Amino acid sequence: MTLILTPNIPDPDGFYDELLAAHDGLSKDESDAYNARLILTLANHIGDRELLRAALEAAA
Amino acid sequence: MARVGNLGKKTVVATRYKTAFELYPYQRVSEQDTGPVRHPVVIIGGGPVGLGLALDLGKKGTPALVLDDHEGAGLGSKAICFAKRTLDICGRLGAGRPMVDKGVVWNVGRVFHSEGQLFEFNLLPEEGHRNPAFINLQQPYFEQFLFAEIAAAQAKGAPIEVRGRNQMTAIEQHGDHVRLTVDTPDGPYSLEADWLIACDGARSTVRGALDLDFEGRVFEDNFLIADVKMKADFPTERWFWFDPPFEGSGQSALLHKQPDDIWRIDFQLGWDIDRDKEMDPDRIRTRVDAMLSSQTGSVPDYELHWTSIYTFQCRRMRDFRHDRVFFAGDSAHQVSPFGARGANSGMQDAENLAWKLDLVLKGLAPEALLDSYNTERGHGADENILNSSRATDFMTPKSENSKTFRNAVLDLAGKHPFARPLVNSGRLSVPCAYDGFAHFGPDEMAGPHVSRPGVACADAPMGEGYLLDQLGDDFVILAIGGSAPAPVELDGVTTRVVHVSAPSQDLSERYLGDASSAVYLIRPDQHIVARWPGFDADHIRAALKNALGKT
Repeated sequence: MTLILTPNIPDPDGFYDELLAAHDGLSKDESDAYNARLILTLANHIGDRELLRAALEAAA
Repeated sequence: MARVGNLGKKTVVATRYKTAFELYPYQRVSEQDTGPVRHPVVIIGGGPVGLGLALDLGKKGTPALVLDDHEGAGLGSKAICFAKRTLDICGRLGAGRPMVDKGVVWNVGRVFHSEGQLFEFNLLPEEGHRNPAFINLQQPYFEQFLFAEIAAAQAKGAPIEVRGRNQMTAIEQHGDHVRLTVDTPDGPYSLEADWLIACDGARSTVRGALDLDFEGRVFEDNFLIADVKMKADFPTERWFWFDPPFEGSGQSALLHKQPDDIWRIDFQLGWDIDRDKEMDPDRIRTRVDAMLSSQTGSVPDYELHWTSIYTFQCRRMRDFRHDRVFFAGDSAHQVSPFGARGANSGMQDAENLAWKLDLVLKGLAPEALLDSYNTERGHGADENILNSSRATDFMTPKSENSKTFRNAVLDLAGKHPFARPLVNSGRLSVPCAYDGFAHFGPDEMAGPHVSRPGVACADAPMGEGYLLDQLGDDFVILAIGGSAPAPVELDGVTTRVVHVSAPSQDLSERYLGDASSAVYLIRPDQHIVARWPGFDADHIRAALKNALGKT
């Protein structure tokens, strides 16, 4: 499997809303911590080291 | 060309530390009167590595002389965690049983972050091995058991000698030998060695005398070590704190059980500390009180048994061989204490070098074989430094962002199992594998990964005992299934045959996999050289030739 870099999220505006809402009321430090936890949780779900490496590069 | 080093004139052998056990009191030897004698192997340092190497060589019949500037094992628990591979090595040397009997086996660990417990784990050891994954045992006991086996081997005629209060003060490298000046309570004398092995620790005097140094990544940290004696019940578990909540306790803390009702407590203090202030017993007790009461609310009765500040560095020498001088253990490489990779890697150094030196000195292998000590154990050191550096980066984040991720891992680990493998408080020492190294191969069967060429043999039940007991310390052809092959000989090196017609289930899983038969060639250090589905003397002879460094 290769990293998906074409649109893949149904209802993108809805997802974006939820992402921002998750940070509502958080300080900068709390938001950073939340982001880190989110990245780790998503990374674990993906699991595939090749895909994760591709994502690390794609986001750079 | 001779290289000359000199540590300066000394007239008495200085005492650097107190000894826990006197093992090899100073005795005047005739060499001090007669002039230099040539020894095949001289080992500087009577710690675990030096004693292990001497025992290994002596049992093979190769004379080994150990010079130590003290008269026994140094005081203090020091290395306390001995891994299975080390116990397997010591088992082969005849010293393993008392270590396991005396040592503490633990399985349950708890990880805390500040005030709260994140999770606990149970290591549930894999069945079918004689030795546990590791034991906790004070280093002086480890040395005492090794020395007891040396004394037993000496009584049976093994050519091992340990000279106490013999301090090496100068080295001259010559083409075919090394000349040493040694100081004693009766004054200095000289001796010669075909090969000199520096097992004299992190502050190696041999390394200093040859004006050699380390290279690579260096970082430093200080640990306050407190061994406390508690009579009260306290669980036999490993407790590890990230950001411990106790006042001034540093970035991490560890509580771990040793024999004799002793508990090892480590506080990671950071690198910029006032050593004298930190060693104040009242200050130490305040910290220990806070730690011991943190889970129960009350401070159990205890006494401070031994305290020390330990500074670690993470680095290695570029080359572990310099002409006729070899470096083994902490003299060659150092790591952080996380993962118990110090003494355990040193014992693998000793084992790797012992059989090679033995065969070279007996004229059965070319000198070039000795260079593989450097490549193989250099790889071991790199692996340990990598693991150690990663653990250190996790425990002591180097940037705001790495701290954010570290804390995210810890937060998640408290809630979700997926994050627990990311928690790194040290990856415990596992046997070194020499995948793809020059003196190994071929791998001619699609066998289990765990027994591929390059790895140290995994143990498995066999008959009334265990496989590793049968392998001994020579080249072995291990044949599983099929018919028993004949021994193979190559220029004086004979392989011993171990044939297993009805393997146990564990042996079958670890060495056969889906195959119905297998033939393994195994080195004297119990690393697997090569494997085939069936026996062919020519194949074995070719692999043996390669393993011996013959071209």
